[in-house]
Amino acid sequence: MQRFSNDDLGRILRDCAGEADAPAWDEDVLDTAFTDLGYDSIAILETTSRIQQEFGIRVEDEAVADLDTPRAFLEHVNDVSAAHSE
Amino acid sequence: MFDPSPYRSQIAAECDFDPYREGLTRREVGRMDRVAQFAAVSADQCLADSGLDARTLPRERTGTSVGTAVGCTMSLDHEYAVVSDEGREWTVDPAYGVPHLFDYMVPSSIVREVAWRSGAEGPAAVISTGCTSGLDAVGHGAAAIREGAADVMLAGAADAPISPITVACFDAIKATTPDNDEPESASRPFDLRRSGFVLGEGGAMFVLEELGHARRRGARIYAEVAGFATRSNAYHMTGLRPDGREMAEAVRTALDQARLNTDQIDYINAHGSGTKQNDRHETAAVKRVFGDRAYTTPMSSLKSMVGHSLGAIGSIEIAASVLAIRNDTVPPTANLREADPECDLDYVPLTAREQRTDTVLSVGSGFGGFQSALVLNGKGGEG
Amino acid sequence: MAAAVTGLGIAAPTGLGIEDCWSAMLDGRSAIRTVSRFEAERYPVRLAGQVPDFVPSEHVPKRLLPQTDRETRLALMAAEWALEDAGVDTGQRDEYDMGVITASTSGGFEFGQGELQKLWSKGPGYVSAYQSFAWFYAVNTGQISIRNGMRGPSGVLVSEQAGGLDAVAQARGQLRRGTGLLVTGGLDASICPWGWVAQMARGDMSRERHPERAYLPFDRAASGYVPGEGGAVLVLEESEAVRERGQHSYGTIAGYGATFDPAPGSGRQPGLRRAIEVALADAGMEPEEVGVVFADGAGLPEADMAEALAISAVFGARTDPVPVTVPKTMTGRLYSGGSALDLAIALLCLDRGVIPPTANVTDPVPGLRLDLVLGEPRPAEPASALVLARGHGGFNSAMVLRASDTAPH
Repeated sequence: MQRFSNDDLGRILRDCAGEADAPAWDEDVLDTAFTDLGYDSIAILETTSRIQQEFGIRVEDEAVADLDTPRAFLEHVNDVSAAHSE
Repeated sequence: MFDPSPYRSQIAAECDFDPYREGLTRREVGRMDRVAQFAAVSADQCLADSGLDARTLPRERTGTSVGTAVGCTMSLDHEYAVVSDEGREWTVDPAYGVPHLFDYMVPSSIVREVAWRSGAEGPAAVISTGCTSGLDAVGHGAAAIREGAADVMLAGAADAPISPITVACFDAIKATTPDNDEPESASRPFDLRRSGFVLGEGGAMFVLEELGHARRRGARIYAEVAGFATRSNAYHMTGLRPDGREMAEAVRTALDQARLNTDQIDYINAHGSGTKQNDRHETAAVKRVFGDRAYTTPMSSLKSMVGHSLGAIGSIEIAASVLAIRNDTVPPTANLREADPECDLDYVPLTAREQRTDTVLSVGSGFGGFQSALVLNGKGGEG
Repeated sequence: MAAAVTGLGIAAPTGLGIEDCWSAMLDGRSAIRTVSRFEAERYPVRLAGQVPDFVPSEHVPKRLLPQTDRETRLALMAAEWALEDAGVDTGQRDEYDMGVITASTSGGFEFGQGELQKLWSKGPGYVSAYQSFAWFYAVNTGQISIRNGMRGPSGVLVSEQAGGLDAVAQARGQLRRGTGLLVTGGLDASICPWGWVAQMARGDMSRERHPERAYLPFDRAASGYVPGEGGAVLVLEESEAVRERGQHSYGTIAGYGATFDPAPGSGRQPGLRRAIEVALADAGMEPEEVGVVFADGAGLPEADMAEALAISAVFGARTDPVPVTVPKTMTGRLYSGGSALDLAIALLCLDRGVIPPTANVTDPVPGLRLDLVLGEPRPAEPASALVLARGHGGFNSAMVLRASDTAPH
């Protein structure tokens, strides 16, 4: 199963909601809050819906609200993906 | 109205509406989107109720003001599927464009229907401020009378948003409820287990009249539009800050205009959409203005029963508020069984309450950041 | 008190910004061309006035690009320019003392097409969350208020081509009720296949292939109208406050009147004449005092005749005829943006003392009794202007502008 990477997240966010407020989308952004990167709740909703379309990974509504950094988001998406493929 | 099975939210509050039974002709039904039909039928009803008719209406001094959030979206949705061959063609086929397509694109066609059938030839406006359109259209109508642009205004709102595109976009932002199993109890404003709004549809229109004009002809007066204000939150197109500051500002301004203080408001008709953020936001706004009085002023949400008909709901709520004054009874918030601790006001749970009701504050909140407040005063109207 | 216009932001087919647009219009340079925004080959109507050289990422924060239609991007840019032109620092003002009231005709229609296509071709799960607001009629007011931190009274009006005037009139009402600054105007942009087919359904777009022969209001060869995109944003402030801060004003909104035409077959008169009379009465002016009329100019023989009759009914008794012009012959009809742009151009006309011409019209219908400004700009020092707009379905709006006495000439 292909892992959902930070690059994937950066690309989808950029596509759904424009460039982040960060010098580059790299390791440094992992623990920065989405809101500090300039992404609001709709940007995250758009992103989860795009991930479902592209990767077939479904992130439940209830979980999204607590995923406030790229690291938390990535971990959750990959957990869901792993649980699904088991 | 369509198969909801592919959608997250699959329930809605639909009107049992037969345009022919309501007196529209085949030709009218043929050219009007459902939203225009709602507006037309509501206009006929309010005119009949007012005692004015085509002969007695001062045509050139009668204006029209109709609110709608999404206009003729049902027709646009359907016709797009036709011209694009269900989304297969980007450069869509003009041969399949129906003659009324421009009228569907531009919702000013809705007010045209109201003006034509009533004979109103004064200023006409479609007010489209999202989900506050229904309050704002009445506010606009009252302002036109105050400014002397008209003696009579047919004002109100309509929306018919139960179409695939609207349901899909509310699914996407998760504003509507996913609780599809028990439709009647799915709209639960202020309840701990509320999960979003239920889409609705409909319309309500009013005859607004300059007070002297109404008295001279011996009209029955339901209430006075005593105050109206709108503010923007300038925060987010869909999000609300929990502090309710801008709605509070609109309420304060509307009360000032009405020369009423918070002690004199008998009932608050809430926006109460049943989304997590709205109900908190609104509760905070009312507390900000009313202070301790917030806890003893009944406030309820009609959307618990009729759903959220976007631009129309503000006018439907004004109609309910007018009836609350008429009947000295305030409507309940249905389905409110366990209040959210953050929503700790008197929301008139489950059953209507008989109480002296002379003054009502109705508030609304809409995408785009719109915050509106309208004050009705039933005192002195017939005196 | 008076409602002074202190800032203009223009996004028109004839140019971005005041100077580009104004100089093109004085030169009579029409921007009507074959549609380039999509493959128009299959359509019987192919001409439009398109806003040229607009690069969204240069004018709109990148974060807003995925959630905005073209009309909103243009509106955000025009609003920024208008505020800059007015010398307003929004951060220094009371946020509740600034409001936004705009007109729209079709909302973010191109954005809507994209989402409708996803809905029908792929399914509801593919529809964007941004569809919940990016297409609707209120989007420009909402986005402008957010971008500029304006928390005062807001509004959105939809009355097709009349909308630009109706929005400014509502803004004037809020100014009178005490709000210090209003950002207002109108802007539309729906030159996409879906919008094109919807506009064609009216049946009154010109099918003429030559751009200079396609939109000829009051001409014997009038054959319909050409649509366009764009519009203008205006900043309105109370005139005393403007004087106090030493800010230039283009002129004031002196009067406004709006009527609605009776239903067809009623035998009653159309309402444009009455709208003009109401606007003049509202301004406290006599017909003799009007220096120039910016006509609606439908480009259809019957509607042109009706407008000419309304104008001559009000102004016919004058010894000197009132100059009448239709600069929108160079842009096409921009819907709500069209009447807002007419206001902006009329204010520049008052401010700069020259009347922009009606382009391409060379053979006016005999007997119209209009003093049309044709071909060349006409030097004049009009003290006031009347702007007319008719919206599809029966809307008639008229607005009287007065030259600013503080305007430097």
